[in-house]
Amino acid sequence: MPRIEFWQGNVSLAYGAIAAGCRFFGGYPITPSSEIAEVMSEELPRVNGRFIQMEDEIAGIAATIGGSVAGYKAMTATSGPGFSLKQENLGLAYMAEIPIVVVDVMRGGPSTGLPTSIAQQDVMQARWGTHGDHATIAYAPSSVQECYEVAIKAFNMAERFRQPVLIMSDEVLGHMREKVVVPEAGDLTLIDRKKPACSPDDFMAYKPDPEDNLPPMASFGDGYRWHITGLTHNEWGFPTNCATEIAFKSARLMDKVNVYRDEIVEYETESVEDAEMIVVAYGSVARTALSAVRQARARNIKVGYFRPVTLWPFPDREIEKLSEKAGKLIVPELNFGQMIHEVERAVHGKAGIIQMSLVNGELFQPSEILGKIEEVA
Amino acid sequence: MPRPEVLDWLRKRFFPHMWCPGCGHGIILHAILRALVDSGKKREETVIASGIGCSSRMPGYIDACTIHTTHGRSLAFATGIKLANPELTIVDVMGDGDCTAIGGNHFIHACRRNIGITAVVMNNNIYGMTGGQASPTTPLGAKATTAPYGAIDPPFDICKLAQGAGATYVARATIAQPVICEQYIKNGLANNGFSVVEIISSCHTQFGRKNNRRTPLDNINFFRNNSVPIAKAQGMTPEDLEGKIVTGEFVKRETPEYTRLYLDLISRVGGNKA
Repeated sequence: MPRIEFWQGNVSLAYGAIAAGCRFFGGYPITPSSEIAEVMSEELPRVNGRFIQMEDEIAGIAATIGGSVAGYKAMTATSGPGFSLKQENLGLAYMAEIPIVVVDVMRGGPSTGLPTSIAQQDVMQARWGTHGDHATIAYAPSSVQECYEVAIKAFNMAERFRQPVLIMSDEVLGHMREKVVVPEAGDLTLIDRKKPACSPDDFMAYKPDPEDNLPPMASFGDGYRWHITGLTHNEWGFPTNCATEIAFKSARLMDKVNVYRDEIVEYETESVEDAEMIVVAYGSVARTALSAVRQARARNIKVGYFRPVTLWPFPDREIEKLSEKAGKLIVPELNFGQMIHEVERAVHGKAGIIQMSLVNGELFQPSEILGKIEEVA
Repeated sequence: MPRPEVLDWLRKRFFPHMWCPGCGHGIILHAILRALVDSGKKREETVIASGIGCSSRMPGYIDACTIHTTHGRSLAFATGIKLANPELTIVDVMGDGDCTAIGGNHFIHACRRNIGITAVVMNNNIYGMTGGQASPTTPLGAKATTAPYGAIDPPFDICKLAQGAGATYVARATIAQPVICEQYIKNGLANNGFSVVEIISSCHTQFGRKNNRRTPLDNINFFRNNSVPIAKAQGMTPEDLEGKIVTGEFVKRETPEYTRLYLDLISRVGGNKA
């Protein structure tokens, strides 16, 4: 029997991670994400997992990567300033192909900004925050229920593709309480990292299997000896300056999303079939947007709702298709324009794009989005 | 010539190594490997972690579970690995800049936790890989590419730092004493807690050429002539000790090891039955 809980988003996300098999958490306190660490500190030892509060944000992600290297599903959680600090080691996890989940409960910035207020200003940082090219997978939940669900999806993707996966939550979602239907453990689909089948002496940690172009991963302590480095490396994992090896490695990192894009992209729609206008929104803002769209529909305005669940990879082809019928896209965001650039890129000029920006630490009111819909209609 | 069982720990396919001929780090690599072999360690149960710098390229050449991480951060990675699997032997090889500048915070907290890791700090008083810039252990008055008029920053004493922060085994030797280096690393490995073995190494290429120690031998001779064993140092005045390298074992004490405490906590809340 599924059980019913009344949880905060952060708490739901933490329990979702544990359900996903997360058994290692390295973190550092920061508002508005600290509840995730608090739940992990209480629950992980009870399931023979490991929690450690590190000396800073940088060490939090470093320990998390270490936990994953030693074989655990591992997570860390933070917010804006901490997300900035984690970027260096996030890059190492991309380069070294270490599966981890990183949660950013977005608050206002730049700098210390608004620790207790919502914003959506880290969307581009999620994609481009660490230096160098890499494939990004980032989920943006918009309900407490979905915090639980994306935690599971994020671990599945991290383990499957052997790379970091981000969850871009936000302050309102993190602290809001809602009903959560917690599924039975047996009903969940969980993915574990692919292990090497070869003998330890033949193991090449970065040699992809031909069928999926993804390399299996051993754990430190399970009999295999291998080298991990943040330097660009060959299939042995050893640093290389060979142009062919550099090109192979670099392209393979990008292919994780390029090749499997359709299996990763997720989105949600409502009333888009006959829509002449669509509101594109994510995270907590999507809740306001959906409310406004429903009110507008009640007033016979042909407006639809589109919510990217994966911010990265962005559901660009799906939005482009819809923009062929719907001539206008309204994009409300709690920033001065970040995801709107992806929407513009997606539609190739086929639809007019109307920006709604709010940067005052608050959410849009449904009436504000409804007003914009009526103005545009 | 290294013994065959020591050579087994080298990834010969990755040679030649990237260190300058005559670099002190080779002596330390050999001492680490002898200590691991003589302590009965297995390659597949031994982790060698490092950050960034000349010293940090060492793990690549060691045929074990090796992780070359970001600058200064290796102890944080190693802490995660050790907590996840306390059965593993973990040696963290670091340089002076890596350990005491960018990684200073991780270093003092690893000492504070007393987590079962042996840190081998190769102190050559300089940032070698980036071209000889001053580090937190560059002696007062010594020249570096970013201290062309001589360093004015007071240097760290790594052993005192480790002792103050809570490490339970702390020792210092120089590359002029390879057998003692090996012994201290062995003692560090045997300590159930956080061990710091500082080994004074040489960088004749970057430090030596600006400070009248141009050849590898100049450096070895300098260490020989300026090292003072701890017992002798205790009877000397601060003036007499100026410019000297005090060697020996500074700390040997027992306090609970971090992962042991965590495993006890797991048992206390019933997680060991999960």
